Amino acid sequence: MTRQMTGAKMVVQALIDQGVDTVFGYPGGAVLPIYDEIFQQNHIKHILVRHEQGAVHAAEGYARSTGKPGVCLVTSGPGATNAVTGLTDALMDSIPIIVLTGQVPTFMIGSDAFQEADTVGITRPCTKHNWLVKETDALSGVLHEAFHVATSGRPGPVLVDIPKDVQFANGSYTEKKPSTSHYQPKLKGDMQEIEELVAAIEKAKKPVFYTGGGVINSGPAASQLLRELVAATNFPITSTLMGLGAYPASGENWLGMLGMHGLYEANMVMHDCDLMINIGARFDDRITGRLDAFSPNSTKAHIDIDPSSINKVIRVDIPIVGDVGHVLEDILKIWKSRGRKTNADAVGTWWNQINEWKKVDCLKFQQAGKVIKPQYALERLEALTKDHDRYICTEVGQHQMWAAQYLGFEDPNRWMTSGGLGTMGYGFPASIGVQMGHPDALVINVAGEASWLMNMQELGTAMQYNLPVKQFILNNERLGMVRQWQELLHGERYSSSWSESLPDFVKLAEAFGAKGIICSDPDDLDDAIMEMLNHDGPVLFDCLVEKHENCFPMIPSGKAHNEMLLGEADTQGVIDAKGSVLV
Amino acid sequence: MSALKIKKGASAKSAYNLRPTFSDVIERHTLAVLVENEPGVLARVIGLFAGRGYNIESLTVAEVDHQGHLSRITIVTNGTPQVIEQIKAQLGRIVTVHKVHDLTVEGPSVERELAMFKVTGQGEKRVEALRLADIFRANVVDSTLESFVFEITGAPEKIDAFADLMRPLGLADVARTGVAALSRGD
Repeated sequence: MTRQMTGAKMVVQALIDQGVDTVFGYPGGAVLPIYDEIFQQNHIKHILVRHEQGAVHAAEGYARSTGKPGVCLVTSGPGATNAVTGLTDALMDSIPIIVLTGQVPTFMIGSDAFQEADTVGITRPCTKHNWLVKETDALSGVLHEAFHVATSGRPGPVLVDIPKDVQFANGSYTEKKPSTSHYQPKLKGDMQEIEELVAAIEKAKKPVFYTGGGVINSGPAASQLLRELVAATNFPITSTLMGLGAYPASGENWLGMLGMHGLYEANMVMHDCDLMINIGARFDDRITGRLDAFSPNSTKAHIDIDPSSINKVIRVDIPIVGDVGHVLEDILKIWKSRGRKTNADAVGTWWNQINEWKKVDCLKFQQAGKVIKPQYALERLEALTKDHDRYICTEVGQHQMWAAQYLGFEDPNRWMTSGGLGTMGYGFPASIGVQMGHPDALVINVAGEASWLMNMQELGTAMQYNLPVKQFILNNERLGMVRQWQELLHGERYSSSWSESLPDFVKLAEAFGAKGIICSDPDDLDDAIMEMLNHDGPVLFDCLVEKHENCFPMIPSGKAHNEMLLGEADTQGVIDAKGSVLV
Repeated sequence: MSALKIKKGASAKSAYNLRPTFSDVIERHTLAVLVENEPGVLARVIGLFAGRGYNIESLTVAEVDHQGHLSRITIVTNGTPQVIEQIKAQLGRIVTVHKVHDLTVEGPSVERELAMFKVTGQGEKRVEALRLADIFRANVVDSTLESFVFEITGAPEKIDAFADLMRPLGLADVARTGVAALSRGD
């Protein structure tokens, strides 16, 4: 069935038909017709951000915490270019978002018109796909297809560029229907490979599940199947930064996060295992460390919906292309039908070894004296909030790693962090998106003061919509991770990693009408955190912490999993010239 | 896993792919990529090669199905087996790419390229150029008293050989289409 309407109305209609309830955006000349339509309806709530980058990160936070695609609406030119960081972030972390951009009228494209940019050209490498719509009749079809592409297969950001004359003109609107495009990624894994993996599971003496964001993206059912498989096999499980929460942190088989700042036991298990089952992770360089020393004696299986992830950096023995949920279901079915076998004795011995590694207690720290250790701040935050209906966002840096280490995630979609791109300034707008998706939940953004300042303008957004997001800033007056690398790699020459003039965060909060809390004494910390939790509204929590704390464990650049640094004593001259060129 | 384990092939026609995935040997492959002929599709393909640091030896593109709006891009590229597999997988991810064929591993294929050579000269050199053109089955498509334009079709090696012969005889300009390739049989 088709109906006649303007392009601008089609945009709103398509969003409604796709079940969108929230749009994050910022108006401008080239999207005014669409904003006019948004004004005249009550189905979709528009959240006015303070910068387009904030709109995209908010949409990412919304998408990651709800499992639904996030939607942004921005204008042409600078509106579109400001969205580029968010698009790249979503591409790296496989987050489904739809960004709608205005464009100058079709007859002015190419004339260097006011606020014109080659948006599809600029965003081609940082979207999964993008479209420039030149005819109103094609618009609704493209919009429906955009949702299909963003959410199927390996999810990702898409962009639809809509010239202003296309928004004004009349055309026929096509209803949402199942996509007929050729883009239909395969969900079921190859049964022969799955059988092979089951056979390997039955024989393995030192197995490990290494899981990633693909489990979360596959949906809550995939996390359930993973938990069932882990419980039934009694294999240890570790996860990437992106995959935290798919398996509960309180689960018996949980080893903690792996990788550059992962836990000792998790990395040692990865190095010594004889069967590595990668589920929805991608052998990122933060995970593998030195490639030629990566898990030298293991058979490697890799489940991924994206064929290009297979054999990209690590050669695998059992490649399975498919959706994590579908493949896990088949693995469980076949493994059960073959008699639920594992090499329980050998796995028991493996656990004995793992428990020895756990005794190293790699996250131990000492809270002594009158200065708050960042680890202590997060330990107290965890203790005081873990029973809440809680969502955690982070910025990027030391605080992000500490949050991953010291906070426990019991469920998927509760942890929003910029993994692949490492975008400072991600967490605050993301927390706004999360709070929009979960109005009654406790949403905390664990931040560093430098990252937080990168998108601090969004405090205006949080106030305007009364979103009670808690900004928990571990303030060390340093770019902590940069400082740590300069200490380890650049002869303690702290070039530009020191913020010389930071604002008074309490006054800053008050200037926006929000609540500010400052805490510098470990003895006051619990009360201050409770004050933050009890305040109904946005809170800026300025937690003054130890300025020179380093983040451990750490696999230095160019080193293998079993060459971790566990503390300050290990750090002298550890990174050689070859390692220092790596990031 | 046993070292002799035979993996299923990376191609549609071959049952086995015994090439070691992580070898250092540089291979030359001809890929045929069937794409939707939408604005920007070539930029997507080329941008992928540029952005990820892959090589393009030659590239030809034209719409081959006007009704279905499908274009065929023939790309000659080189790289280690792992890079070649990555290129194919990355091309396959592009939403508007319908099919990626690796003609080099999918069985025998034929490659042809068309080239035009402008050769200028007088006297014996001019006669020799014409004689060699005849041997190579090149056609004269334009002539003045002091120049020929030859048109030649063939495998890239044949065209290279012809170019080598024409150089001392007054080769002034060359235009090559790049490789078009099809698999043999059905």
